[in-house]
Amino acid sequence: MSDLVLEVKNVSSYYRENRRLSGKRAERKQVLKNVSFSMEAGEILGLVGESGCGKTTLSRAILGFLKDYEGEIIHYSTKPQMIFQDPYGSLNPSKKLGWILEEPLKNAGGFTAEERRKRVFGMLRQTGLTEDFAERYPSQLSGGQRQRACIGAALMSAPALLIADEPVSALDVTIQAQVMELLKRLHGERNIAILFISHDLRVVYQMCDRIMIMKDGEIVESGTREEIYFSPRHEYTKLLLQAAGI
Amino acid sequence: MKWLERSGIRAPKSPGSNETLRKSHPTALRLRQSTLCRTPRGLADRIVRAVMLLEVKNLNIEFHDHDRPERAVCGLNLRMEAGEIVGIVGESGSGKSMSALAIAGLLSRKDITKQGEILFEGKDILNCSRSELRKLQGDDIAMIFQEPETSLNPLKKVGWQVEEALRLHTDLTKEGRRARALEVLRKAELQDAEKVYDSYPHHLSGGMRQRVMIAAAMACRPKLLIADEPTTALDVTIQAQIVKLLKKIREEQHTAVLFISHDLSLIRQLCERVLVMQAGHLIEEGAVEEVFRSPGQEYTKKLIGAIPEIPAACETRGKFER
Amino acid sequence: MKKKNWNLLIGGLLSGIMLLFIVVGFFYTPCSPEAMDNAAKFAGVSAKHLMGCDHFGRDIFSRILKGCGNTFIVAFGTVLIGTLCGIFLGAFTGYYGGVLDEILMRVNDAVFAFPSILLALVFVSLFGGGKYNIILALGIAFVPSFARIVRSEFIRCKNMDYVKSARLMGAGDLRIMFVHILPNVMPVLVSSVLIGFNNAVLAEAGMSYLGIGVQPPEASLGRMLSEAQSYLFSKPSMAFLPGLMIVLLVLGFSLMSEGLKRER
Repeated sequence: MSDLVLEVKNVSSYYRENRRLSGKRAERKQVLKNVSFSMEAGEILGLVGESGCGKTTLSRAILGFLKDYEGEIIHYSTKPQMIFQDPYGSLNPSKKLGWILEEPLKNAGGFTAEERRKRVFGMLRQTGLTEDFAERYPSQLSGGQRQRACIGAALMSAPALLIADEPVSALDVTIQAQVMELLKRLHGERNIAILFISHDLRVVYQMCDRIMIMKDGEIVESGTREEIYFSPRHEYTKLLLQAAGI
Repeated sequence: MKWLERSGIRAPKSPGSNETLRKSHPTALRLRQSTLCRTPRGLADRIVRAVMLLEVKNLNIEFHDHDRPERAVCGLNLRMEAGEIVGIVGESGSGKSMSALAIAGLLSRKDITKQGEILFEGKDILNCSRSELRKLQGDDIAMIFQEPETSLNPLKKVGWQVEEALRLHTDLTKEGRRARALEVLRKAELQDAEKVYDSYPHHLSGGMRQRVMIAAAMACRPKLLIADEPTTALDVTIQAQIVKLLKKIREEQHTAVLFISHDLSLIRQLCERVLVMQAGHLIEEGAVEEVFRSPGQEYTKKLIGAIPEIPAACETRGKFER
Repeated sequence: MKKKNWNLLIGGLLSGIMLLFIVVGFFYTPCSPEAMDNAAKFAGVSAKHLMGCDHFGRDIFSRILKGCGNTFIVAFGTVLIGTLCGIFLGAFTGYYGGVLDEILMRVNDAVFAFPSILLALVFVSLFGGGKYNIILALGIAFVPSFARIVRSEFIRCKNMDYVKSARLMGAGDLRIMFVHILPNVMPVLVSSVLIGFNNAVLAEAGMSYLGIGVQPPEASLGRMLSEAQSYLFSKPSMAFLPGLMIVLLVLGFSLMSEGLKRER
């Protein structure tokens, strides 16, 4: 049993629907229902569910953007980092790539300019880009290159946990495969734990060791990849598999 | 080879591929004509073979908004019979959406030039007048788009939007239109059609909106339905339902469907014939299963290979008892 | 390769020429702009007086050189105050939201509801006229419009993923606001600043015309217009020339802002 990086205990969250305009009473809607799980160092955990099932709320809670929840979230390591779905919104359009990658180091402090530069170049190479990308703006990059840059920026602070929220669903299929390969390679090299959020069961199968299925804020089934895919227990899991044509 | 030249298909631009293409092309592009004649059961006698529903001949589309013209589509050839489901697959920038827009007659910007012919039941869509085009659009040719969020007018009730095509193309009375709208909404498998009829788009979920779009497109019983990535923005379970719905509608109403997607596995579920596009060129065409079994082009192989593979589930299912 | 941006080119050229004109006016005028010469009342065009003289026998060319400068200073100061305050107000209210936002924006609305000239009139009647009070008065009147633009852009940007990832990477709020978000607001802001500059030029001309702006005998374009109105028929060039300068100044900046908009 290796070390834990994250433990989520009985997390529930409510969302107050704003109905001021229609004159109805504010409704409390539960978006997360007693979610509990833990992640070990270096594992890839898949989180599968449809839009509106609470995947994104959960990731926001883990990252600390959502303060208003019940239960406990314990981090055993440094701050987690995140890769977003939309590669067009997650890079600051008015900054060069080098600047974006350098930012986490500047914020952390303790690096000389020369060290920072070296690390930025090193990361660009690791993510399959070249050094001259440091001088480019995000608008000069393709979707796949942007996502590579996002991965690079997220890994600059060497986190132990990376949350990937649908990192490939906005990309073309062939690019998807490349980005997934990159994620897997970096995962192997750096032994990061990845919480891989997706609605695409095929992609999840390729990436993950362990999978959780989420529906209406609840984790309805979890298990190893083979358990989920080849002997699903919950009706919803079966429905998902069927819909994906598996 | 002669066929190749006639159809204007050119080799992809990558270096060295000219040679490889010349070698591999005759087999790759051998028109699997047999599939053209394979129509759904019971339909064959109703179809007059002589007139193709849609015939695209050597279509070229160029952009002129920059100094150097940019080619979006180069020499596309496409034939569709009535009631056929054809899929176009390709990545973003391959020209598939541009071709779809051109076929729907929606590509009339000043900075775009189109060459070639798009014959819909023998009528050239590229060269007919606006009023003629308007008569076709919504009546014989309908289209649904990727974003169910933006393709419905947020300020109009669903019923009004479904009726719009009827208002323009038929002499139905108000009651007649309402009855027809409710009928198509029900056909699109929307529960509680009356309630949907009277609601605004923001009351509906993404899947329901896409169903409404399909209902609106089907209101006038079009002969050709163009679906441009209709399921990309939806969840998997909803995706499967929409695909099923399209299949059902096509079987009931003999509407031909041109299904555009970047997802080969979806196309495999829905279509009989598939066209693979890359960088504006049509590089492969054939029956779906045949293309899957023996892809003729490197690019097609890459596309198929990019579908994450899962070992045949039915064989393995049950082996992992818990 | 893109098509030539003629708006930006011509606007930039025009504004450049005007700026050169203004800079020259600061350091050198052919005659003193305030020196009266009884013998030269309504003098015509001559080598000594390039554009003739006004009703006090002051050299119109020199007065225009100096007046352009004064108008420019007032307009520039106004926009500077408006923009700086607007950026701060807009950034904080847009980024944090909540009660502070609600209160400040309502105050903003109240200020916005007054015509800016009226507001400046009240200010001047309280604190007296003069070049610097006018700058302050117009500047305050201009704050709401800039604050509003900056605020809405901040609200748009703060929900973007790159802001979230900046926060994840450990950037503080101030750094996110002024290093991460502000550059993305700039394109919108710059074109509205240029339009604001035009409004300020016109406002200054209006205030001076009403007699509460730049005080005589100092020259400004608006002042010159107001003095010229009694002699509109006897010496039209007295009104025409400063008017032309206002038009050119405004046109240059308008074209530039239009060009920048297209550049985005």
